[in-house]
Amino acid sequence: MPYVYTALSDVAFYCISGVLVLGVLIGLILMSKPEKARLGNALSAACTLVAIAVTMYHYEILSSWVIWASIAVGTVISLIAAAKVKMIQMPQVVALLNGFGGLASALVAILSYAQANWNEENPDRFAAYTAAVALVIGFVTFTGSLVAAGKLHKVLPQKPVVIPGHTAIIVALIVATVVCVALGSIVPIWVTAILACIFGVVFAIRVGGADMPITISLLNSLSGVAGGIAGIAVGNILLVAIGGIVGASGLLLTRVMCKAMNRKLLGILLGSTSVSGKKSEAVEEAAEPAEESAEDTAQAAAEEAVEEAEEEVAEEAAPAVSVADILAGAKKVIIVPGYGMALAQAQAQVKALADKLEANGAEVKFAIHPVAGRMPGHMNVLLCEVDVPYDKLYEMDNINGEFAECDVAIIIGASDVVNPAANTAEGTPIYGMPVLNAADAPHIIVCNFDEKPGYAGVPNPIYTNPKTIMKLGDAKETVQELIDSF
Amino acid sequence: MHYILIGVFVVSAIVGYFIINNVPTLLHTPLMSGMNALSGITVIGALAVTAVEMHKAGSTKLSIIIGAVAIVLAMINVAGGFGITARMLKMFKKKGDD
Repeated sequence: MPYVYTALSDVAFYCISGVLVLGVLIGLILMSKPEKARLGNALSAACTLVAIAVTMYHYEILSSWVIWASIAVGTVISLIAAAKVKMIQMPQVVALLNGFGGLASALVAILSYAQANWNEENPDRFAAYTAAVALVIGFVTFTGSLVAAGKLHKVLPQKPVVIPGHTAIIVALIVATVVCVALGSIVPIWVTAILACIFGVVFAIRVGGADMPITISLLNSLSGVAGGIAGIAVGNILLVAIGGIVGASGLLLTRVMCKAMNRKLLGILLGSTSVSGKKSEAVEEAAEPAEESAEDTAQAAAEEAVEEAEEEVAEEAAPAVSVADILAGAKKVIIVPGYGMALAQAQAQVKALADKLEANGAEVKFAIHPVAGRMPGHMNVLLCEVDVPYDKLYEMDNINGEFAECDVAIIIGASDVVNPAANTAEGTPIYGMPVLNAADAPHIIVCNFDEKPGYAGVPNPIYTNPKTIMKLGDAKETVQELIDSF
Repeated sequence: MHYILIGVFVVSAIVGYFIINNVPTLLHTPLMSGMNALSGITVIGALAVTAVEMHKAGSTKLSIIIGAVAIVLAMINVAGGFGITARMLKMFKKKGDD
């Protein structure tokens, strides 16, 4: 005889759940408008808080110190972490939190699986199957997110790790996991759990830096799905509804990013990252040390870079106009930031440059490619952190026509997202990817670390364009030079 | 009841899909972070299953511990997620705001 909850009638619980789901939905609608996003976030948080309180009342656990202690521990840890984390670490923190959510769903699934089988003669098969599915998705989210966070935090190699027969192993793991779930109680649940954990690792370890935004977004979606399905197993409508919303929205965000990067979601799932074949691997390996050295020897590199940059300018055999002339005379400037800006932490200098240009009478706009950086909106967060007003940040479609009419485009740590080869070089990994038309600008200043191609490994014709002035080195230094030049 | 639950899941997924459709790229990161916080709503599930274990005669310590760990993890996800999202959104300013 199961325990019967009497504190709150089922009808009352459903009604409250309905109101809370509505609150969360309104919160999300508000969050999609820049002016009301904070209110939306607060509303969602408030609804979650009420949901927790109602759940504790409904299930009659308000008097349990274990519950209160668990909630307190989790809250304290998270609030300390949320206050301390730096904006630059945001991608890995989101990935890590997501992993925690996934593990929580998996643990919920383990308990509800056990509870479904309490009555040995008449087990609740529906609950058992859904719990098994939630368990699989939860553990995949957990280990996948941990690997993603590790890669972003540079604890694990950022380069895609490919083991022999990777795709075959992934397919085999999927099949084995599905079979385990389908067989139900014949297979011990921990076997299924271990398979799911391995799958999460094998799937995420193969993804390289630039595909991370897509992976995190997908894992984010998965953690929602895991929660929703755990809700089905537990029989909690509120959890089901919110899990469904998060799952669908995460998937949509993933699709938006895939489209922007001209990738196929299935291709990434099966491990064919941005590039395929041996040739591209070689390119990646060549590009990778450059990126690593950018971090390891930032200081030494910066010094060298200044020299290099000076040499570079000299080598250019004095272009028709100097940087100083271009910047001093510019009436309209478009700045294109990329991952290099994040890597060099140069956003403050970029903001200072924009301020000086504006003080000089120029109109400054920022062109943000949808997949610049390591997660969607990465550039927006960094620039807003240094007080760049968000109405100066323009999305690709809204600004692409303006490059031709601006006076100068300043590219800071971006390559693939401005590479005109994407429109012309058929057969390359970025062919067909929509890019910012920075190449249309009458003058282009490039503040990149080196002349090597971007992540996709396709050489960028902008670098050799006669109207381009290259300022190689640490973006912090080179942007400062731009500021001081006029 | 089973069909109702699956139905709710499908309907809310469709609703979620359309709500998110019009978000500007600017808000993608805070939104992802907010969504991530919301996925910690699984804390409700953790509370529910732990409650079931607690109310059952002769429940094991292990299952209560698993439930408590799930609550801690989900709370980190929820509170941390909303906290970070709030911090991020606070930085988003329009020209002329303070």
